[in-house]
Amino acid sequence: MYEKNGEKYFVVDGHQHFWDASPANWVKGQEQYAKGWIECFHAYMGLGPPETHWPLEKFMKYSEEDYDHDVFEAGHIDAAVLQSTYLKEWYTEGFNTIDRNARMVEKYPDKVIVNGRFDPREGEAGLKQLEEDSKRYNLKGVKVYTAEWYKGSRGWKLTDPEAQIFLDKCKELGIKNVHAHKGPTIWPLDKDAFDVKDIDVAATSNPELNFIVEHVGLPRIEDFCFMATQEPNVYAGLAVVIGGLMHARPRFFNKVMGELLFWVGEDKMLFGSDYGIWEPQWQVEGFIDWTMPDTEEYSDYPHPTTETKKKIMGLNTAKLYDIEVPAELQLKNGGAPAAKEDAQLVESA
Amino acid sequence: MTAVTATTTTASVLGALAEVHDPELDEPITRLGFVTSCEVSAGGDVEVVIQLPTPQCAPNFAFLMAADARTAVRRLPGVREVTIRLEDHYTGAEINAALGRGDGFTGAFPGETVDDDLAALRELFLRKALVARESRLCEALLAEGASPEEVAARRIEDLPGEAPDARRCIELRRRLGLAHDPGSPAFVLPSGEPVPAAELKRWLRTARLVRMSLEVNGGICRSLLRVHRGVAIDDPEEVLR
Repeated sequence: MYEKNGEKYFVVDGHQHFWDASPANWVKGQEQYAKGWIECFHAYMGLGPPETHWPLEKFMKYSEEDYDHDVFEAGHIDAAVLQSTYLKEWYTEGFNTIDRNARMVEKYPDKVIVNGRFDPREGEAGLKQLEEDSKRYNLKGVKVYTAEWYKGSRGWKLTDPEAQIFLDKCKELGIKNVHAHKGPTIWPLDKDAFDVKDIDVAATSNPELNFIVEHVGLPRIEDFCFMATQEPNVYAGLAVVIGGLMHARPRFFNKVMGELLFWVGEDKMLFGSDYGIWEPQWQVEGFIDWTMPDTEEYSDYPHPTTETKKKIMGLNTAKLYDIEVPAELQLKNGGAPAAKEDAQLVESA
Repeated sequence: MTAVTATTTTASVLGALAEVHDPELDEPITRLGFVTSCEVSAGGDVEVVIQLPTPQCAPNFAFLMAADARTAVRRLPGVREVTIRLEDHYTGAEINAALGRGDGFTGAFPGETVDDDLAALRELFLRKALVARESRLCEALLAEGASPEEVAARRIEDLPGEAPDARRCIELRRRLGLAHDPGSPAFVLPSGEPVPAAELKRWLRTARLVRMSLEVNGGICRSLLRVHRGVAIDDPEEVLR
């Protein structure tokens, strides 16, 4: 719980990692990819405030004690969702597998949720694994990374026929949240790999599932917004928006948030720190302090209220994951969606 | 060849590279800081090194920039061998080898692509670039007090000719096969039809989103270049640390 100016916020961090990208975990012959990947993540950390930067060595493999401190002692986090990303072509034991992430669930059974993952290219074995993971960890969500390399293939789409088999399996297993993360490669390589159209199609054909688009489809925010405004089951994951822009590029942060509030709406925007890329503390505190400037440049955008922030910081994700919110931290008046009215205001301006 | 000629050639190579745009951001690769070295031998051989913000930048855009750089340099008079080297990139070896052979995208990634010259991808991003530029020009006119009707009636010849956005719009429309003569409408839909006055505000709302996306991506690229590659370029937006 985070308290500021007499207001109390229930904070759910919907996008975290507990990875091992240390050299001991690099696949022989693939070191350049394993090293390049984690160094790139480390560069993103450089977009946060300097006092929160870590040396690369720590960044490659942070400890359970670091997690305890950064997330729960200093980070104001009430509940967290750990996402699983395997990248086993590059990392021998996987980058952050469900089993590794689950160590935190054992430690914080009431606070930490672990998400599974699937890759349709793994076929029958993948389906079986998803079923086993779901039983063992009572999965409510999965993360899918469409740019993962797998046996010579550099990516996949949610519209691949095999992907639908896995989405059907998710429904059967009671998994309802699909966190989609786009990356720079896909098959065929001439297509725009960041295109979110496949998520659009999958969301339409699977209305029982929620699709959380991580880092709001960056670098295709525009495609994401045009899609999310039409799909009731598509959500904006704010990882990277807050971590990568709020400190480094505050003007762009205002504009991205303004566009998201206008097109997607405050009921479908979800806070995620992307820890360990960035620590949650400065993001939570900064976001609660953030206001849309009252200048001409931003006059067209919806201005966030305290309720907006309560929803984005935790209440929206709590709803998706059935996380119990203490009565005193819920919205006082039920919290009617504001996005639609704001959109009309702008239209009539 | 004399030393004077060689020096001139280095400058002209950089000049040619300044015409090469990052297709995703619609900005010259030289201004983005992607060209890290440019050497011209006394005999007129040119070697250009390109480094993108991260080793994972998308292979298709990386290929387009490297291939466009090669084409631009080869057009210069007096140039002999041209080597473009994409450095520290996950698919750098494939791309460099293909360019060396004079191959297209299919040559770089056999079996992984069907579009050898990436025409569809290129067109998609030329269209995004055009709408982004038009939104900036349109906003400027509205800010000066022009009504939507007045803005919608503007023709290319009415745009400030010295504005880089206006010049780039004409170039983008030429490349997209859209009318770009001085008498053609200044603000057009993807079809080339003028934006109707009644639709202008709505059109601007979406156009501005496209522009914001391009600008934010450019901002993140610059931040990563500085943090990751130590490349500091002119960048007034970023908070200095």
